[in-house]
Amino acid sequence: MNDFAHLLDRLAYEPRRNAKLRLLQDYFAHAPDPERGWALAAMTGNLSFREAKPAMIRGLVEARVDPVLFALSHNYVGDLAETTALIWPSQNPPPSAGEGGPRVSEGREKGAPSPERSSPLPPAPQAPSPAEGGGDAAAAGPGHNNPPPHIPTLSEVVETLATVKKSDLPAHIAGWLDALDETGRWALLKLITGALRVGVSARLAKTAVGALGGHEADAVEEVWHGLEPPYLGLFAWVEGRGERPTTLNPAPFRPPMLSHPIDEETDFDKLDPAAFSGEWKWDGIRVQLAGGRDEAGEQVARVYSRTGEDITHAFPDLAEAITFTGTIDGELLILREERVQSFNVLQQRLNRKAVTPKLLEEFPAHVRAYDLLTAEGEDLRPLPFATRRARLKGFVAALDHARIDLSPLVTFETWEDLAEARADPASVGAGEDADAIEGVMLKLRDSPYLPGRPKGPWWKWKREPHLVDAVMMYAQRGHGKRSSFYSDYTFGVWRERPEGGRELVPVGKAYHGFTDAELAKLDRFVRNHTTKRFGPVREVAYGPEEGLVLEIAFEGVQRSTRHKSGVAMRFPRVHRIRWDKPAAEADGIGILETILARGEREIAPGASIDEEAS
Amino acid sequence: MSLSASDLLTLTREGLYCPLGGFHVDPTWPVPRALITHGHADHARSGHGKVLATGQTLRIMAVRYGEDFCEARQEAVLGEDIRIGDVTVRFAPAGHVLGSAQISIQAQGVRVVVSGDYKRAYDPTCLPFEVVPCDVFITEATFGLPVFRMPDTAGEVRKLLDSVALFPERAHIVGAYALGKAQRVMALLREAGYDEPIYLHGAMEKLTELYKREGIPLGETPKVVATERGKLHGAIVLCPPSAIQDVWSRKFPDPVTSFASGWMRVRARARQKGAELPLVISDHSDWPDLCRTIRETGAGEVWVTHGQEDALVHWCGTQGIKAKPLHMLGYGDDGEGETAAPAEEAAA
Repeated sequence: MNDFAHLLDRLAYEPRRNAKLRLLQDYFAHAPDPERGWALAAMTGNLSFREAKPAMIRGLVEARVDPVLFALSHNYVGDLAETTALIWPSQNPPPSAGEGGPRVSEGREKGAPSPERSSPLPPAPQAPSPAEGGGDAAAAGPGHNNPPPHIPTLSEVVETLATVKKSDLPAHIAGWLDALDETGRWALLKLITGALRVGVSARLAKTAVGALGGHEADAVEEVWHGLEPPYLGLFAWVEGRGERPTTLNPAPFRPPMLSHPIDEETDFDKLDPAAFSGEWKWDGIRVQLAGGRDEAGEQVARVYSRTGEDITHAFPDLAEAITFTGTIDGELLILREERVQSFNVLQQRLNRKAVTPKLLEEFPAHVRAYDLLTAEGEDLRPLPFATRRARLKGFVAALDHARIDLSPLVTFETWEDLAEARADPASVGAGEDADAIEGVMLKLRDSPYLPGRPKGPWWKWKREPHLVDAVMMYAQRGHGKRSSFYSDYTFGVWRERPEGGRELVPVGKAYHGFTDAELAKLDRFVRNHTTKRFGPVREVAYGPEEGLVLEIAFEGVQRSTRHKSGVAMRFPRVHRIRWDKPAAEADGIGILETILARGEREIAPGASIDEEAS
Repeated sequence: MSLSASDLLTLTREGLYCPLGGFHVDPTWPVPRALITHGHADHARSGHGKVLATGQTLRIMAVRYGEDFCEARQEAVLGEDIRIGDVTVRFAPAGHVLGSAQISIQAQGVRVVVSGDYKRAYDPTCLPFEVVPCDVFITEATFGLPVFRMPDTAGEVRKLLDSVALFPERAHIVGAYALGKAQRVMALLREAGYDEPIYLHGAMEKLTELYKREGIPLGETPKVVATERGKLHGAIVLCPPSAIQDVWSRKFPDPVTSFASGWMRVRARARQKGAELPLVISDHSDWPDLCRTIRETGAGEVWVTHGQEDALVHWCGTQGIKAKPLHMLGYGDDGEGETAAPAEEAAA
């Protein structure tokens, strides 16, 4: 547990991806089985046990520490796990190298001459009281003479939590907290309250495991869905001690092939239009439908997100359609009366806790298929795109299910043809679905399906984004490489005040879209125009007479109850910095409301739009 | 007792005032006569008439504010009684920074001790705290919550040296307050066997030289040359906390940002400051030491000043010790945070 705690502690302070990877690799290389397997499960969200409730933790602390002192501390620290970790009365003596056990200041000093003691000797210290909130229990307490406490392993914690009776849980947790040091307590509490946020994605953890044996993350993904914690077979394989795990899952996830954005200025000249096939780029979410028969002959149906997350439970309507054995790559969309709805509508279906019949009815899920990775046990990925496409066409036709259809091709002969289609999809066959199209995809006809983001075979060419001229209002320091730069900007647009006149109202936040040189200039602007400071955030000068105009590009607008303005933008980024433009000439909120209204017309009257889906 | 504590000390706009002696302690405003506990800017200000402080504190003030920081200086020798008006004052070491002292004020058998800032943890750069038995103890409470239990400093310095060993290509930039903390970190590094040059931000140069003149060995501490910053691979660089957020810190090779402060105890605080390598090194008493010290003074009454007063007042109540918060204005967390005036640091 201590090694795992130490890892989490380091990760929590490490902003850089590569350094995180190094820490993870180091841990996986040195931690024994099954500890590392449980750690991997914790970081990939694959642990299942009874989570400890905050109220129970609080109860344990308050039985040991003055509740008033605990409340004041919790209020100050702001995090229950950390407060508990810091305040828990230590049973074992703190590590002592320099200061020694009992902290007497006399007699250890160097470098400064000691004066004659000027005051009468202090009265003999009284025995410390436990009411201090644990403070010096070490000095007072059982201390050195007791046998060292048993420090639980991560496996022990996980296995106990999975099997323990609810009524026995508090005693187990208290025992562990007694045995662990402060970092260990913190990590344990984060783990058992289900709040393990240490900035490590499942993908990063898998990358680190793969690297143990020189495998790419995708190789780990290939076998991942057949595995169970603590992943003994996986570690044996990557370390060359065992066979590649055969995935027992009859419907495994296959890492998807991703595209690169095309650079209009430079890329088209190098590409031959005849070698490419065109498709619409749908504004939905990328999913994979996987189906197969298990050993008992039962149909297994899975819906996976782009990152391999199993989201079947959220889409029972799609799972029903997976009656086949194979793997379809496609776009999840909401279709009403055969018409594709905009992303705003899809948002209403995503991330809902409860999948109600009403939700299924109002937001029917649909997959527009654009690739076929396996069929009837055959791996089609090595085949050229054109061949796979032909197989896909036959597969979808044979399936003949209303929820799964084929993504149509966009035919073109020259890049100019394609540019026209991209500019006006409705005119070349997209019809009423045009609003749900966010550009075009180009796929090399003779390319195999390559997991990851290989450069060359697949390109995306998005439609022009919406643009708005907004005024910078607040700036916040960035992280990692940008840690000393003000790189996150909250911007606002004008709106009419009820009492007359105009005011700027914040509508979004952008933190990319500029070069390092531009960032340096923006940072200087923020520092030179700061009017107020709120911790890491600075307010800059803005108003009709002063302020910096940022041209913001974005993909859409949603209604928001979180923003004062009532609207939230999708993917806002800085498109241009308008050093030349007076703030008074920035746009008003009307431009966003118009875009919003266009999107909202599509949402059914019965649909809740107050509740944000993301 | 015929005299009450409030006859000895009262709170005025300028800070604590002793009517029987006609002086202030650590006033935040210019006064005719000031007794100063230590050299941090929020306790030691310029512009007073007469100033009584330890010789080291007086010399620190002269470095920070110039030789004319007051009209007349008087050096307090530790442990010696000094008669001022109707009271006897005596300075005793506080263990906070070089020259720091507690001030005891006594009249008619009643003794009040103003601790100023103090700590009891190991510090090779100043004299250790001495317990002065008293009737009323005025304590700071910067880290007055039981979540603050400071670890052993050797272990924290080891973290820094381990990181330097792990990332020999990266510069390690350590934010530390220019008076006290910086020199303590240097001394601890030397004790841990680190004998490479320790590079300093310009704001730390004069005070570090003063420490060396006072007999604290700190080894080779060159000032960072602006144009050489890119070459300091694997170097340890000390700078004021504010400089970490500054353009200045960006020119080092792939810098690791670190802070040496008691606030690093709390993760959210550490992350807010962008610390990648938090070093929990505090020049203030942690919770167990605050409690221990209050008990050891034998004081029947405790006044709690700057910091987390509520918790310590509550704890005194549970121990049967009379306690009240003194809400004094003008004291920051003197450099544990970013509140120290950067301009002043830059000048020092």
